[in-house]
Amino acid sequence: MAAPTSINLEFGGGAELLFDGIKKHHVTLPSQSEPWNVKQLLVWIQQNLLKERPELFVQGDSVRPGILVLINDADWELMGELKYQLQDQDNVVFISTLHGG
Amino acid sequence: MELLLNKTRLLFFQLSGGHCDSRQDNTVDALNKNLRKPQHHFALANKEAMRSKHQAAQSISKLCVKCKVHPPAVLLRVGDPYCRSCFNDYFIHKFRAMLGKNRVIFPGEKVLLAVSGGPSSCSMLHQVQEGLSVNAHKKLRFTPGIVFIDEGALTGRSLEDRNKTNSELKALFESTGLPFYIIPLEHVLELPISVLIQPHVRSTESATSYKVAVAEFDQNNQSVAAQLPGQEQDPAAVSEVHTLKLQQLMASVKTHTARDELLCTLRQHLLLHTARSEGYSKLMLGDSCTRLAMKLLSNISLGRGAQAALDTGFSDSRYGDVIAVRPMRDYSAKEIAYYNHLFSVPSVFIPGLDFKTSDKDSIQRLTEGFVIKLQSEFPSTVSTIYRTSEKLQTACEAPTALNDSPRCVLCLCALDTAAENASAFQATMISEQLSQKKSPQNDCLPTHKGSTDKTQSSSADCSGLCHGGSCCSNRLEPMELKTLLCYSCQLTIKDMSSLEHMPNYIISETQRRLRRSQMKAEISNFLLD
Repeated sequence: MAAPTSINLEFGGGAELLFDGIKKHHVTLPSQSEPWNVKQLLVWIQQNLLKERPELFVQGDSVRPGILVLINDADWELMGELKYQLQDQDNVVFISTLHGG
Repeated sequence: MELLLNKTRLLFFQLSGGHCDSRQDNTVDALNKNLRKPQHHFALANKEAMRSKHQAAQSISKLCVKCKVHPPAVLLRVGDPYCRSCFNDYFIHKFRAMLGKNRVIFPGEKVLLAVSGGPSSCSMLHQVQEGLSVNAHKKLRFTPGIVFIDEGALTGRSLEDRNKTNSELKALFESTGLPFYIIPLEHVLELPISVLIQPHVRSTESATSYKVAVAEFDQNNQSVAAQLPGQEQDPAAVSEVHTLKLQQLMASVKTHTARDELLCTLRQHLLLHTARSEGYSKLMLGDSCTRLAMKLLSNISLGRGAQAALDTGFSDSRYGDVIAVRPMRDYSAKEIAYYNHLFSVPSVFIPGLDFKTSDKDSIQRLTEGFVIKLQSEFPSTVSTIYRTSEKLQTACEAPTALNDSPRCVLCLCALDTAAENASAFQATMISEQLSQKKSPQNDCLPTHKGSTDKTQSSSADCSGLCHGGSCCSNRLEPMELKTLLCYSCQLTIKDMSSLEHMPNYIISETQRRLRRSQMKAEISNFLLD
């Protein structure tokens, strides 16, 4: 039984425009039997936070190609990508690299 | 569409001539075989690619590959984890190496940094600042300035939105202590004709003179000239009339592709004019490796293959006196985004013309989607395209003669429309002519001979009435403009419903050149050549 996990979410590089322009979100994920992993977090974000155009953020199971994910300031590929299990007070940052200049 | 993507993929792999990672060779072969099979087989090949990537990922060590001491923070390239401080060193070193390897920027030179507010250009600004700071190892030796072009008029942003972003950027620029210019895109309507005319340049300096110049600079212990920080003039008030005119110009373009191209062209003209008028001899653009890879592929689709070396190379010498350089061309978008986040580089995101448009709206967006998607499955895509583009070189010599090869009025590159016998261009023109309906009065081959006849007859009646200046009240026929454009700019013009909203300087320069060539044709018998 995992206690409710609180996560700090940050959106950058233009991704924040899909979330009402708010860059930092402090969310509390409801408790469930297994620990939350990133895949479930994405589904949760899509259902609860994403205001418009879901296809610009999520593609299938994972994020759209071109969006970087950092977990506690480290590349999520080093942490296991979608399989990483979230812990309380983790920082997850989504940076879009699609509209660079 | 999928079939086209597959074919392009095959062509791309063939072109790169086996630069792909050895790990992916079997997947490349699998791809090649699968081209003839229907789509679901291609999905199988995808799964193989993902599996091989995951296998690679699992074998990554738990320590930074450079110092082997700290835990890794970033995964660069395919399997190289770097810790935070090694990544910092790597990033800074790459910038210096790029500038030092291509000895184009001489000590003490004035360099204009084109900052769009996006991550790459802000990162470039940050690197330049770091390089100029007193405690830097081997200080950078040039004098920078910053320019920002406010394109809010085209994306339909309100004036207060634009002012808000402008003041954010102003605060950012002021904190750097460098002179900066915030220019609204509307100013492009007031550019002088001189923007399109190439000045006579002295011969380019050689490598040995670079070393001499550096030695002299160091010997005299010159510090970079102290500059007056802050803006030279107040941010110009944007007149509503101009905004409207600009929006009308963009509205007269029918396709998103052509709109993108036209915007790029106008932006380049404005940057060039700013650099020239404020005395800067170099222009630094912040295009990253990813963006240049997309640009290379979409340029080829747009018919700009002849100018590919100038558009994506490190230095772009098409303007003559101002040389554009791209120091960020070795950085992938991922590296820049990581660096900006880890080291708190400030940037301001401004939605551009293509934000929230569909993936299939324009050639540029299609290419972007293609490259990014391919990159996510084959992480060496972008670097392979980059390495291929590095081998491109310009075919024509640096301009030495005064009346050298004619230049395109829009993109200012040498014209590539000499339709020689059995050339691809001639074949295109013939098929275009044949596929049009039979209306002999308005379609003629856009060759030089054909159009000068037409302009002779049209300007014969007005040459008697007006003496230079804007005759025929700025009316410009597309056929007339076409002769002065390179192939891809011709295609851009073709997508415009009317040319009446083109900025005055383009129309005036076109008319001037047409009159000149007509005059030259008239007196050609008397010229000693």
